[in-house]
Amino acid sequence: MNNSLVELNNCGVFRNQKWLVRGVSLKVSQGEIVTLIGPNGSGKSTTAKMSLDILKPDEGTNTIKRDIRISYVPQKISIDWSLPLRSIDFVNLVTKHKTSEINDALGITGIQHLINEDVRNLSGGEFQRLLMARAIAKEPHFLVLDEPVQGVDYSGEIALYKTIQEIVKKINCGILLISHNLHVVMSQTDYVICLNGHVCCSGIPSSVIKDQEYIKLFGSNIDPTLSLYKHNHDHHHLPDGSIKEADKNK
Amino acid sequence: MFDDFIIRAFVAGIGLALITGPLGCFIIWRRLSYFGDTIAHSALLGVVIAYAMNFNLIIAVFAVSCFIALSLLFLQKRTNLPDDALLGLLAHSVLAIGLVLLGILSSIRIDLMGLLFGDILSVNITDVLFVWVGGSIVLIVLILIWRPLFAATVNLELAKAEGLNADLANAIFTILIASVIAISIKIVGILLITGLLIIPAAASRNLSSTPIQMAIISSVIGLVSVVLGLQTSMIWNSPTGPTILAITLGVFILSLIPLKKLLISKKKIELSN
Repeated sequence: MNNSLVELNNCGVFRNQKWLVRGVSLKVSQGEIVTLIGPNGSGKSTTAKMSLDILKPDEGTNTIKRDIRISYVPQKISIDWSLPLRSIDFVNLVTKHKTSEINDALGITGIQHLINEDVRNLSGGEFQRLLMARAIAKEPHFLVLDEPVQGVDYSGEIALYKTIQEIVKKINCGILLISHNLHVVMSQTDYVICLNGHVCCSGIPSSVIKDQEYIKLFGSNIDPTLSLYKHNHDHHHLPDGSIKEADKNK
Repeated sequence: MFDDFIIRAFVAGIGLALITGPLGCFIIWRRLSYFGDTIAHSALLGVVIAYAMNFNLIIAVFAVSCFIALSLLFLQKRTNLPDDALLGLLAHSVLAIGLVLLGILSSIRIDLMGLLFGDILSVNITDVLFVWVGGSIVLIVLILIWRPLFAATVNLELAKAEGLNADLANAIFTILIASVIAISIKIVGILLITGLLIIPAAASRNLSSTPIQMAIISSVIGLVSVVLGLQTSMIWNSPTGPTILAITLGVFILSLIPLKKLLISKKKIELSN
């Protein structure tokens, strides 16, 4: 199966007398970002779980390349109150890392100062950054991000999406992304799959937005040429609230 | 100075406390307190079978416990009932079957008090061996499956997605609990074993900030409680198992005192002076 990491072939999941999603085919290769979009309940997370083999498809086949490192950022995760767990323990959950590696990963997502903080004291956005850091620390071949920036503040959201792109370049992994931010989806990903219980349309972003099915779901008033507002900052905001002068950074 | 039976009691009790510490932590983390109770209730059936067939008590209880634990895993997959309902169903139906069998086989005389509350002072050398050999195996296996088990405890799907064998770890963990309950029947009895699993771990939660710390402190609290409980019960001539549990409760209450806060506020006062 050449350089593809994960392949779904006409997959579907049948639960409680109905198909959650059906007829999904997709392929994620090295260095590629594939995005799933669609309304709530359209089967995005279900599709992601099939690609991770957490859910076995009831029809079709899912194939995952052998012996690859996989990282998963799930949509919902709640830590039981009885668990004493610091950020560093959470990063080490599945694979043990060196402290320097953990520091690097937490630094990339901007929460290095929270390394010894109890996970339950983190805010929603900080926890989301921790989930990302854990996923990055593994240097995965295949990374599944299920709405990775929910609850992250606006500037952080842009920064995290930039980080995702940088990771792809740096470690050359394949990413399956679920996102609601259509601008980011259209401007930063390689392949878009629009789901609504089945695959409505798919292709490269510029062709998908012209598709009638896509316009039916998302409307045509989203201007594809509208890119993220870019301006030159003369300073950076650090996650702990302090300001770092950009000049000094140079 | 000490009689042999007292030394055996100390050795067996300490061995048991060392195992129940980390296992109890997992029971609390996974909200399985009821599960320990269910296994313990079903132990009566194992005891009746052991007496009826003239078989080793610990092995019979272990076999029945494993059967109940695996039935639970099966029922969880086959029904839509919540876990606590399934556990209640299993606990009381198996207890009932045990009592029915006990009634039919009227030739069997079982020391019910001993079974319910245990009698650590009556353990023989075989029991001590079971505690230490069985306990060592349980601890080694727990260390071997620690990472997948702990990851699955934090988030099952994440553990599975990233290639850990979470289902296997869960099944093995279930068997570990069954074995610890079988080992402990003679020492603390079926009514109190869940307490020995949960209370030291609960006290430890208040004192620790990492999972491994919590497991170790939990063992230490159990150990201290066993030693103090045995001595207290000799001085007061009180039943040993309940005395040990009462001590663990005392430690739990002590653990509620926010030591760190007190120390910090003291420092602040010193600074302001």
